[in-house]
Order: sequence, then structure tokens, then C-alpha cells
Amino acid sequence: MNAAVIIFPGINRERDMARTLKLVSGREPAMVWHANTALPARTDIVVLPGGFSYGDYLRCGAIAAREPIMAAVRAFAAKGGLVLGVCNGFQILCEAGLLPGVLMRNARLKFICRDVYLRVERSDTPFTRGYNAGQVICVPTAHGEGNYVADADTVARLEGDGRVVLRYTSPDGTLAPDWNFNGATNAIAGIVNQRGNVLGMMPHPENHVEAALGSTDGRGLFTGLEEHLSQAA
Amino acid sequence: MKAQVTVTLKSGILDPQGKAIEGALKSLGVEGVEGVRQGKIFDLEIADGDRAEVEAKLKEAAEKLLANTVIENYHVKVIG
Repeated sequence: MNAAVIIFPGINRERDMARTLKLVSGREPAMVWHANTALPARTDIVVLPGGFSYGDYLRCGAIAAREPIMAAVRAFAAKGGLVLGVCNGFQILCEAGLLPGVLMRNARLKFICRDVYLRVERSDTPFTRGYNAGQVICVPTAHGEGNYVADADTVARLEGDGRVVLRYTSPDGTLAPDWNFNGATNAIAGIVNQRGNVLGMMPHPENHVEAALGSTDGRGLFTGLEEHLSQAA
Repeated sequence: MKAQVTVTLKSGILDPQGKAIEGALKSLGVEGVEGVRQGKIFDLEIADGDRAEVEAKLKEAAEKLLANTVIENYHVKVIG
């Protein structure tokens, strides 16, 4: 997997992401500065990591979404290239219009930093093929603006097309308001675009990939991507 | 010339910050507040020009960056 991790000023999860990509694929990802206008040749997945690009000024991800490199990311996605946005990366993808909707302030206003449970709704996407549909994984989350909001038509379309791939649930996969800790519409934790090649998600799978850190539940996302890309090659 | 862009949340969009402010006003004893919605005001200094052109420029700024039209409405005003 030839990954390109985009670096915006103010992000802080790029090293965790790069470490995980290297761990799973054996290849060092390219770290691409936001002012660049092109992605490295042979990039087969673009990753927008988490953090606080531009200090969350204006709206989370708003300024990063309009940076020069994003035109290249948009063109890459339009050709079917894989794009993964985690946390601030998800916010940036929404602000850039690559995914619908917006991440608003958590319903209870608190920044929430803890492990959460996600139900994987589908296993037939490049991002989730490392899991079984219905499987519940435990991964960390750390955000103040993760409350997914979109107009009713958009949400109905997302649900109708099966584009909600990750949902906040209890450890046994049950939907309940207490487990939907940020108040997201329909407990949405992650969605894909219409074509299925762009995934945005709030929690951090890249932080649960080594047994030494207590859990490897996030690893399936990256091994699935590696498998998908090596088969496509 | 001076201009102002106001950005507010669309009706129907939940505003947890507005709700928290509303609660704080109640606890401070400010009576009769029936709702609070939080928004943003941008004061801009624009090179002098035709009013209609400046308004068009402000709308472009609002559409492209200042507002996220998925959840927000904007209003532009040329002050002069």
C-alpha cells in the first residue's frame, strides 16, 4: 500500500497514522505537506489524519478543506482513488464536499476522550473487508465536534444506500442513546461516499493495532485495505 | 469600505452551544429568555468599489468559506 498522509498545520495524529500504515503494509507512507499541489506518483490511498488543523478556527476542518493539496485529493477521489479521513480528517472531507453533512459540537458539549464501541455495518467495502458485518470493535475516540448532522433527505439517502458503515453502539452491538455519546444522527460514526472509495470516521482505528496497547480491534481496517490494494495491483 | 457578514444556524439545526448559553442566562436570573441561537459576525475591510460588486464579493466569500451552507445561513451588509 502506497499511502500519502496529508499534513496540515495543527494536526497531531499523523505519526500514529504513519506508524500504523508502516506496521501493516511494511511501507513507509509519504508525508505530504498541505501547500503541495500534487500527490506522489503511484499513491493508492490518501489519508487525512486527526488533530486540529488551523486550530479549528472558523469551523473544524473548514480552512484545511480549501488548501491547495485538496484539489489533488478531490481529483484522486474522482478517479476512484481511496481516501480515508479520521477525526479531523472526517471533518475536512465534509467541509471539502467529498462527503455529505457536517460534524457539529457534541450534544453534551464535552470533549470526549475514551474507548468507544462501533458496529461495522458492512464488510463489502475496501475499508471494512477486514471485519464481518455486524461485528463490534472497540477503538479510542477523542473529539469535541463529532456529532454528525445532515438534512433529512441526505440521511435517508445515506441509510437507503447503505453508506453508513460504522455506528456507535453498546459492546454487544445494540443502539442506545447512552452509547451514542456525541449525539450523532442515527449514531453515525462513519460514512462512505456514493462510489464507496472515500470513508470518513470520527474514532481512531490507528491507535488500536498493537496488543501491547490493549487492543488490536482497529487493525482490521488497515489489513483490509492492504488486502484490497494488493489484489487490485 | 466596511462590510459585515453575519452567519447563523439554519432553523431546525440543533445548537447545543445556544442551549447551554440559554441555561446559563436562566441560572443568572435573566428572565424571559425563550431561546438562544449562537452565530458569527465577520467585519471586513474591502477595497472601495461599486456597491453591487462588493456585495457579490461578500456573497462569494460567504459561499466559499465563511458559511457552511449545509447548516448555516448568511447575510451580507455593505456599511460604506
